[in-house]
Amino acid sequence: MAQATFEEISASDFFYRNRDIAGLTNPSRAIFVAIREIVENSLDAAESQKIPPDVYVRLSYEGEATKETQIYKLRVEDNGSGIPPRFIPSAFGQVLYGSKYKLKQARGTFGLGGKMAVLYGQITTHQPVFVTSSTGQEKIYSFKLMIDIQRNKPIILDRKVLINKDQWRGTIVEFTLEGDYLRAMPKIIEYFKQTAMVNPYANITFVDPKGRLYKFTRGTTVMPESPKETMPHPYGVDVELLQRLIQITTATNMSDFLKRQFHRVGEITAQKFLEFAAIPPSKNPKKLSHEEIVRLMQNLKKYKEFLPPDASCLSPLGEDLLKAGILKELKPEYLVVHQRKPSTYAGHPFIVELAMAYGGDVPKRGTFVIYRFANKIPLLYDEASDVSYRVIQAMNWRRYKVAPEMPIAIVVHICSTKVPYKTVGKEFISDRPEVRREVANALREVARQLQHFLARQEHVHMEKKRLGIFSKYLPKIAEFSTTLAQKEKLPDIDKLLKSVQKYGAEES
Amino acid sequence: MAQKKAKIAERQNEVIASLKNFGTQIYNQLDQGDFPTISMPSRSTENINYDPTLRQFILGEKSVSRSARNIRHIKPFTQLAWAAMFSNELTTQRKTSTLRDVYYSAQAYEMTFTDQQESNNIITDLETLTGFAREDFHIFPEERSAIFGDLDIGYTVPGYEGKTLNLTSHPDGVLIGPALTSAEFINTRADKVIAIEKGALFTRFIEENVHNKHKSLLISCGGQAPRQTRSFIRRLHDELNLPVYILTDGDPWGMHIAQVIISGSANAAHLRDLNTPDAVWSGVWATDIVEYKLPTDPLDEVDIKRLNELARDPRYQNDPLWQREIKLFLKIKKKAEQEAFSRYGLTYIVDEYLPTKLEAAKGKK
Repeated sequence: MAQATFEEISASDFFYRNRDIAGLTNPSRAIFVAIREIVENSLDAAESQKIPPDVYVRLSYEGEATKETQIYKLRVEDNGSGIPPRFIPSAFGQVLYGSKYKLKQARGTFGLGGKMAVLYGQITTHQPVFVTSSTGQEKIYSFKLMIDIQRNKPIILDRKVLINKDQWRGTIVEFTLEGDYLRAMPKIIEYFKQTAMVNPYANITFVDPKGRLYKFTRGTTVMPESPKETMPHPYGVDVELLQRLIQITTATNMSDFLKRQFHRVGEITAQKFLEFAAIPPSKNPKKLSHEEIVRLMQNLKKYKEFLPPDASCLSPLGEDLLKAGILKELKPEYLVVHQRKPSTYAGHPFIVELAMAYGGDVPKRGTFVIYRFANKIPLLYDEASDVSYRVIQAMNWRRYKVAPEMPIAIVVHICSTKVPYKTVGKEFISDRPEVRREVANALREVARQLQHFLARQEHVHMEKKRLGIFSKYLPKIAEFSTTLAQKEKLPDIDKLLKSVQKYGAEES
Repeated sequence: MAQKKAKIAERQNEVIASLKNFGTQIYNQLDQGDFPTISMPSRSTENINYDPTLRQFILGEKSVSRSARNIRHIKPFTQLAWAAMFSNELTTQRKTSTLRDVYYSAQAYEMTFTDQQESNNIITDLETLTGFAREDFHIFPEERSAIFGDLDIGYTVPGYEGKTLNLTSHPDGVLIGPALTSAEFINTRADKVIAIEKGALFTRFIEENVHNKHKSLLISCGGQAPRQTRSFIRRLHDELNLPVYILTDGDPWGMHIAQVIISGSANAAHLRDLNTPDAVWSGVWATDIVEYKLPTDPLDEVDIKRLNELARDPRYQNDPLWQREIKLFLKIKKKAEQEAFSRYGLTYIVDEYLPTKLEAAKGKK
């Protein structure tokens, strides 16, 4: 079991002043983002242990705040890994403190989301957050916390230890926040539905302030392979990251430093690169001046011979799971999924998974219904700015005899150690040529298969119609001609009807 | 007389026989395990030719076949079989029907036609296939025209068999409907037929006693003469040996109303005996407009376009009269209605114009 590692980095004050960048722009958006961030942490916590997640979310009404906004209490329970007690205060009471700084695919990044939500709750309601967690050992720890915004430190208001009789494991977070649920509701419900779609192994329950229950039951207990932690790839580092790597490394020379701290760098690659960058292999990395670090970063990007990153740090859903999720939520008549081989952009590996669902519960909107996901997170805003949307729009659909008027849903999942979001709000993916190409190729592949399906369906349909026409009219012709010819008995047309069935395909 | 009566009955039997023949053909093909197939002359424009000997349009050599094997044919094929059965029923039971009726009656057999046009087409197919007009199958159009004059007819429709009528009995004239067109001609004192484009002049003629003065049977066409009226005129000409004179407005449209009575239409190229090639257009000519100094209206663009079309029409080639009048119309660029004669008093047309024209026509013969 990989123990999550925690380390301290930065300050809450900055985010307090700039909470817009985390997506907490208005009361309706804030409540959506808060739910999303906490739920994603829960899903990650369960997945890291390969436990099919059980996430229970309850939002309850606490009172009026302003004319348009209300105070809500948000409670999220999960069956995830749990948090060791010594980390709990910082994990929820200190911004940019997180377990997600190593490079592997996870839903959140920056250690920002969950704490931003808590911070937002504290700012708007001045109430503490309650965190209860257990890693499944003998004890359950319960904290009542607030954040000291100026010093970016947790204040522990209360701490309880309980005996874990039932070997419960998981985390419960509860805090109050101001928001506008009524306006946020459609997005929140859509968020849960789509989350269920790409997490078919999760049970998700949501009780809303009106007491309405939304239940998304898992369709499988199969989980995707857990991502492996990797070192950053040389193409993907910036000066900031380099400095941090230098700080933590135990290497005392450049050759070891490169080999230990970077992904896919071995003895030979390290040597060749240092030669290329004209850095002595024996140089101690901790002795690099700022200018040297900048130059190193530039050379890392310039050097063409690094091996591409491998995708073991990624955890795509896989075609089967994606299929299961979509079948569960959309019940389509036809579904095709396709996973692309791993690819990279700027040193970051990524995988595109794409699905096309036709008919069934797929809504008919006169245009394709697009479901976008990044690292299993539904992206619900700014659709038109997203790379997938652009690729879909640019596609020559007529070539595939597919029309936007058909009931078609397109599901695009991009997973990466660093999803190329355009904004910190994490709502849409930027139009990078590498990503665009992968999405386009995947789209072409599923479109081809849908085209085959539609052609087959059309053929079956035509065949049925044909047979229907013959079996409707031939008996009538027999009847009318019998009357006209003044015969007693109808002519035998069974043979003719059979022949139509038998040779049906050759007639047009 | 008995011979004449037999004529109507004989035609009816021929109709019924041809329908039965059609049915038997299909029945036998089906019974032998074959998809029934029929073939009939094509009615496409390129297969419609003008026959100068018959003096009407006829269908050429091209034929089309309909096979129940073909998915696109089987529905119209079934409709055709149904139409034949329906016509057979009407004819044997001596009931009459209309095209509209046909459209609705089909629905009782789950043989819904998409629209009236589709059912009309099927009836035309049946005409083409058998060579009989739909009126022979007792399917009549809605339009009616009228006849007035000293002609005794004997009904053959059920309930009226043996009853006779003199066609001067009603001053508004007698409708040329199924009962009249299926009637036998018994006796007439008239020596000519005058077909008139408009009802108003028809009434004037009756009031002015034209039927006596000129010993004529008067027919109101009501604009373009319906097919049954055209076929009725043909019968009057053939069976009673009466010359036919046609009076229309003095414009391209009136001229063509006369022409259709004389030479038929392209739409009826698959049928015979709907036209009367010996009928004569007596006026109003462009020449009359000039000669009688009639009050006129100027020709409009559509009139001129129509005149140019008619000039090229094969039906307008056999008599120099047509080309002469077309040219004159185009020259004077004027047209006149039949009523224009009223400028010389209400009776002028009857007292002066008509005798002159009839005399002229006689002289020409």
